[in-house]
Amino acid sequence: MSIEIRHLTHCYSEGSALRTVALDDVSLTIHDGDFLGIIGHTGSGKSTLVQHLNGLLKPTSGQVLINGEDLNGEHVNRKALRQKIGLVFQYPEYQLFEETVAKDIAFGPKNQGLSAAEIDERVRFALSCVHLEYDEVAEKSPFELSGGQMRRVAIAGVIAMRPEVLILDEPTAGLDPRGRDSILTMLEELHGQQNTTIVMVSHSMDDMARLATRLLVLSEGKVVADGTPREIFSREKQMVSIGLGVPAAAQLCSRLIAAGYDLPSDLYRPEELREHLLRLWKEARPC
Amino acid sequence: MLNNITLGQYYPVDSRIHRLDPRTKLICAIVFIVDVFLADSFIGYAILLAFLYAVTRLSNVPFKMLLRSLKPLRMILILTFLLNLFFTQGETVWIEWWIIRITKEAFLQALFYSLRLVFLVAGTSLLTLTTSPVALADGIEILLSPLKIIHFPAHELAMMMTIALRFIPTLLEETDKIMKAQMARGADFESGNLITRAKAMVPLLVPLFVSAFRRAGDLAMAMESRCYHGGEGRTRLRVLKITRADRIAMLILALLTVCVVLEGMLF
Repeated sequence: MSIEIRHLTHCYSEGSALRTVALDDVSLTIHDGDFLGIIGHTGSGKSTLVQHLNGLLKPTSGQVLINGEDLNGEHVNRKALRQKIGLVFQYPEYQLFEETVAKDIAFGPKNQGLSAAEIDERVRFALSCVHLEYDEVAEKSPFELSGGQMRRVAIAGVIAMRPEVLILDEPTAGLDPRGRDSILTMLEELHGQQNTTIVMVSHSMDDMARLATRLLVLSEGKVVADGTPREIFSREKQMVSIGLGVPAAAQLCSRLIAAGYDLPSDLYRPEELREHLLRLWKEARPC
Repeated sequence: MLNNITLGQYYPVDSRIHRLDPRTKLICAIVFIVDVFLADSFIGYAILLAFLYAVTRLSNVPFKMLLRSLKPLRMILILTFLLNLFFTQGETVWIEWWIIRITKEAFLQALFYSLRLVFLVAGTSLLTLTTSPVALADGIEILLSPLKIIHFPAHELAMMMTIALRFIPTLLEETDKIMKAQMARGADFESGNLITRAKAMVPLLVPLFVSAFRRAGDLAMAMESRCYHGGEGRTRLRVLKITRADRIAMLILALLTVCVVLEGMLF
């Protein structure tokens, strides 16, 4: 399933004094199996962009093509397409509404018109994806759970629809380190094992360094960079100039280089930095 | 999809009208409403229309915004017009067919009452378009404060209004967000009969109520942690002051009233 965005522009409050341009001529292609990270400062248009990907917002101008078909065309079944592109909003735990966790997760599959047996199978599958025990939580009220668990239940509600592309808007915002880690591990597995295409919006560079295979940098509604994390994180100056940073490992690496250590300039993962530092340490130690 | 509600929505620009004291604007709006009822001919309405036009120009609020605030009223307007048109007795018959009888008098009266509604809504919309909700509540609090003698809770009322108004856009935004999130999970809010549609509201209303209660709790906590203890001995950050512009505005409204009353007596 390919998603292609052509010259997408979106203005809020068109035709009034409050008119703001949220996206300005954005073009982008999302390939199968990508783990695309979208980063940008607050108000850079990230959330607006992802809402276009399943037709919740209509472009002011430009097109969103799904498998070559215009998402906003006249004869397109948007409801069917929406089910193939799962969108998890910011703070998704605030959309939970059912009496039990199982019923809440079943909401999406039910709307797809699946049979009871299939729905049950989907609920179990989705719960296992988000590392929650079916027997433990299924019959609980979603409002009894902890914040991190609620978030995972909400994400399960979208996974249960078995989307081919999963889009998440700041899935780790406001979680403690453990909650954050479990969400990230879960996404890593979904991408690796289920081969789901994932688009994740975040402003945590460390999250992106861990997961993304490709990065898109937005600033004031425009695409300022599109490439692999290695390419983008090696441009520390540019990233800082648009109000973003680079992952902690990349920062440490560039400071070590400045201090005279012999390291490659494009390291951004903690593991690779550790490897190189161990090598340096071994070389420096006279045996 | 929910951002086209203007009634009570502040239009944030700067103008002479925006800078007026909220108390002045409240009093002027009330006087204007009285004037609308005092005017009993189209000449009186012409004066009021000229006044509304001048104030709108001065306020830098586009006419489009003002017209948009009349939109929710369109059904009532049409109904008022039609009822008056068909059920008023008159002498100069224009059309007579079967049981329908339209007279000149009926037409004029229909037009008159519809215009009265338009003036009422336009006048009050101008007040809310040019006055921020907080300023408005401040104005109401001071105007009502003499009633404190008879234990009328003026401060509490104003505070409740401020909070309610403050949360309208927040809740609208929240509704929009939850609606989109449920639509992303395949919810359908638009099709089906009345019962299916009412049922479809559950996934929207439950999260909305949960979040409204959460917000209310948070707000109460935030207010208490800043030592809020009701209106007793509370001073203001922005002390309202009647300036020359306010006196002029009130004078203009007084003149308008005089004009309307004189016109009613003369013609």
